[in-house]
Amino acid sequence: MDKYEFLELLTNGHGVSGFEYTLSKAVIDAFTPLSDTVKVDRMGNVIAHKKGTGNGAVKIMMAAHLDEIGFMVKYIEDNGFIRFTTIGGIDPRTTVGQEVWVHGEETILGVVGSKPPHLQDSKEQEEAIKLEDMIIDTGFSKDKLQEIVSIGDTITIKRNTMKLLNNKVAGKAMDDRAGVAALLEALKELQSINHYADVYMVATVQEEVSMTGAFTSTYHIQPDVGIAVDVGFGNTPELDKADSLEMGKGPGITIGGNVHPGLMKRLFDVGKKNGIPCQKDVAPGPTGTDARAMQITREGIPALVVSIPLRYMHTSVELLDLEDVHHTARLLAQFTNSLKEGELEGLLCF
Amino acid sequence: MAFNSELLRKLVTVYGPSSREHLIRDMISEEIKDHVDELYTDALGNLIAHKKGPGKKIMISAHMDQIGLIVTDIDKDGFVRFGNIGGISPAVTFSQRVIFENNTIGAVYSEPVDDLSKLKLEDMFIDIGAKSKEEAESMVSIGDICVYHAEYSENSNVVFTPYLDDRVGCFVAVEALKSIQKPENDLYFVFSVQEEVGLRGAKTAAYGVDPDFGLAIDVTTHGDTPKAKRFAVGLHKGAAIKVKDNSVISHPLVRERLVHLAQEKGIPYQMEVLEFGGTDSGAIHMNKSGVPSGVISIPTRYVHSTVEMASKEDITNCIALLKAYLEERL
Amino acid sequence: MLLKRLTEASGASGNEKEVRDIIVEEIRPFVDSVRIDGIGNVIAYKSGKSPAAGRIMVTAHMDEVGLMIKDIDSTGLLKFLTVGGIDKRVLVSKAVVVGKGKIKGVIGSKPIHLQKRNEWTKVLDINELYIDIGASSKDEAEKLISIGDYAVFDTKYEEFGEGRIKAKALDNRVGCAVLVELLKSSLETEIYGVFTVMEEVGLVGAGPAAFTVEPDVAIILEGTVCYEMPDMDSHQIPTVLGNGPAISLVDRSTLYDSNFRRRIVETAERNSIKYQFRKTAMGGNDSGKIHTSKSGCITTAISVPTRYIHSPLSVISRDDYDNTLALVKALVSDLEKEAL
Repeated sequence: MDKYEFLELLTNGHGVSGFEYTLSKAVIDAFTPLSDTVKVDRMGNVIAHKKGTGNGAVKIMMAAHLDEIGFMVKYIEDNGFIRFTTIGGIDPRTTVGQEVWVHGEETILGVVGSKPPHLQDSKEQEEAIKLEDMIIDTGFSKDKLQEIVSIGDTITIKRNTMKLLNNKVAGKAMDDRAGVAALLEALKELQSINHYADVYMVATVQEEVSMTGAFTSTYHIQPDVGIAVDVGFGNTPELDKADSLEMGKGPGITIGGNVHPGLMKRLFDVGKKNGIPCQKDVAPGPTGTDARAMQITREGIPALVVSIPLRYMHTSVELLDLEDVHHTARLLAQFTNSLKEGELEGLLCF
Repeated sequence: MAFNSELLRKLVTVYGPSSREHLIRDMISEEIKDHVDELYTDALGNLIAHKKGPGKKIMISAHMDQIGLIVTDIDKDGFVRFGNIGGISPAVTFSQRVIFENNTIGAVYSEPVDDLSKLKLEDMFIDIGAKSKEEAESMVSIGDICVYHAEYSENSNVVFTPYLDDRVGCFVAVEALKSIQKPENDLYFVFSVQEEVGLRGAKTAAYGVDPDFGLAIDVTTHGDTPKAKRFAVGLHKGAAIKVKDNSVISHPLVRERLVHLAQEKGIPYQMEVLEFGGTDSGAIHMNKSGVPSGVISIPTRYVHSTVEMASKEDITNCIALLKAYLEERL
Repeated sequence: MLLKRLTEASGASGNEKEVRDIIVEEIRPFVDSVRIDGIGNVIAYKSGKSPAAGRIMVTAHMDEVGLMIKDIDSTGLLKFLTVGGIDKRVLVSKAVVVGKGKIKGVIGSKPIHLQKRNEWTKVLDINELYIDIGASSKDEAEKLISIGDYAVFDTKYEEFGEGRIKAKALDNRVGCAVLVELLKSSLETEIYGVFTVMEEVGLVGAGPAAFTVEPDVAIILEGTVCYEMPDMDSHQIPTVLGNGPAISLVDRSTLYDSNFRRRIVETAERNSIKYQFRKTAMGGNDSGKIHTSKSGCITTAISVPTRYIHSPLSVISRDDYDNTLALVKALVSDLEKEAL
């Protein structure tokens, strides 16, 4: 399965935070032939372990989160309309007029309805519609609906991943299934590398709400180095160049407090040596990635953050350049390759 | 099971704001000591009651602490200024009676405000009826914490009183604990501290207990009063099984099992999706390598007011559901 | 002079190296062991003449609030982000030093002559501010500065007025100085001295440090808010300069144990050391992560009142500093005799 096919399989799948198990099988199936062991832990994290030559003396954990943002049924009106809440940070303005899947006993189609312009005064039209004023219309009456759907059922956006021009793809949940795809590709590249360190590829759960997956899998694995593979803001005209990453120019490597300076320098060096394009990404404190959790677990874990440039984050048309996924995977594999026996202690010195 | 009003009344009345839970801890210890194998307190003051059993380790958590007001200053005329312990609403607190650990009683009022909707805690003060600063200082000290002082009331349907949050959770846990004769699982009933200020007790208790499963028992809000915000939970409709709140997404293993048990045993239940708020399971599920956790909620109107109201039927059904979950080998 | 060296060092959150090096150099001859953990915390162990009844940890965070360079524009001006809670209104028209080379720069703004009347009351957003190091081109700037470099305020340590000290970063170099002096003094029993990283951006270092040390009791040393203006009511004043070390009651991170607090007050009174209570519930400190680490522990926060924290300059009273050190010494000595 090539990286686009795997990415498409994941992003067309449906698993909001706390409900990622529908995607576990796809991840397990893809990682198993490339790893020594693959397992799913109590919280749903999928952990693939590939041994190095060092007998477990050094452990690198790479994490990309499996969960997507979405919605949940919170109330069913008398006329059958569904009231819903968000799981993770969805901009409610992107939701109006959207088609959705409601995952009940069966998965049924719904539409996020809105008031027609004819019935609104001009002032109303200048204000964003609030989530609590929106409804999902499934076409069912309350009685019929309640046979299929319960309070607490999850709802995801109906969006098929699509290929655009120039290696670009767009769809939902690229954040952070693109990261998971990068992990898979890195694992592929590691098959032909005699790396010293043990590698743990983890598809984490619940990053979008609490980072529970990162905290718990890191606690369990106890890595020496933790790398979060997530997405960063891809540049568009209204964004300051300094606040975003260029598309197609490789992953952003974070510089800042969440990241170990010695490791970060090594990562940039690896990029340079191997001709892998990389960009600088500045963040003054804990980042909004699994690295925030990894860094403060147990006695503290030296961490890194690598970000795939992504436009329109947290919408259903998240857009990225497949070349960036490729560059990210190469960077991760070559970083692992670069860590020779006995080197880590010196790298981590403050 | 007859509704044990007397026990509930005692539980909600004992002084125990966050960080000062010693009196309620003593009371609960007395109540349960003959029904447990081990009883101990940890560094932050959590009360941990162990009922030994085979099978998996389940941590059941109900928090003992109450919201309250902490004295930060006594002014030159003996008026007492305060900060909040937990979620204190200025509107609810205005003109309430409060009581300190030493039984000093005060009245909460405010500097004149033109608009009651602009009421802030910094404009409010506690009047303990002292004639001078010196007299006030002999009655209360900076750092003392007071709680709301109002009566427990009930009728055949409901109870209403301050501090159902979460003394009714403690009640449910105590009743379940006492009624389980031979545990099928290894049960740790934790009466936790400092939940109201950030689930702090549950975090450290979970680390010490190291459970396989977690279940918090707490109150949840309501959607069944006139013009209430859309919320699918209401009084007299059964035990609420939480799907999510702001601190946790219930693990399907726990949530689905609770639903299954409720259906099987004919216990009325309702599903709960809360858009804000948190419970001890928020801390428990993130412990160490992760703990599948859920929550049984007691539907409660007017949470964090002095007239928190819950249905006796619902409370009884929560006890039944908790028992059912604990009594089947996991 | 220790406090001078510490406050003039550059140590924004995530970039504490210069401060850490000074501290390690100062304490090494006086402690049994000192090591730096995986994320930059300094963990020192000092055995005394006898083992303690419980494990005591005394801690102070090394980092200060500052700025981080995010971009060098086409003309050589530096765009930046804030690191930690800086009120953006204090930034305009200040001097800073940037990067390892401590390149001098200024944060300028549009002259008042060229502003419209209605602009005078507008707060300048970070995006409208830049640091000017005098470079005439982007290339020239790039030779001296890299993206990701940190900048701190260029403020000299000075003693002024009646026993007052003015410096940057007194939050929390005062805490660090007190802890260094504690570790250099002769103690009856063992303690762990921990200097944490990145407190200002989310109490980052404290949790891992506590996980490692496993304290039974922890004393957190801080520089805390001190704000007294005429017409303020007594309950609105968090601490008073000159009234001694401030003992915390409650803040966003912790509800401090009242029994322990009573003990600290007794210690202060027995030793005739001035003290006050920190009267606000706002703010937070490393205690938040320490008291809930593993199975939990008892903590207190003892702070030197510091005027104008999180701005280019802050002010403390020499007296308060001395009394804070005296109180901590007496408390540690007390704690060995009788565990909590």
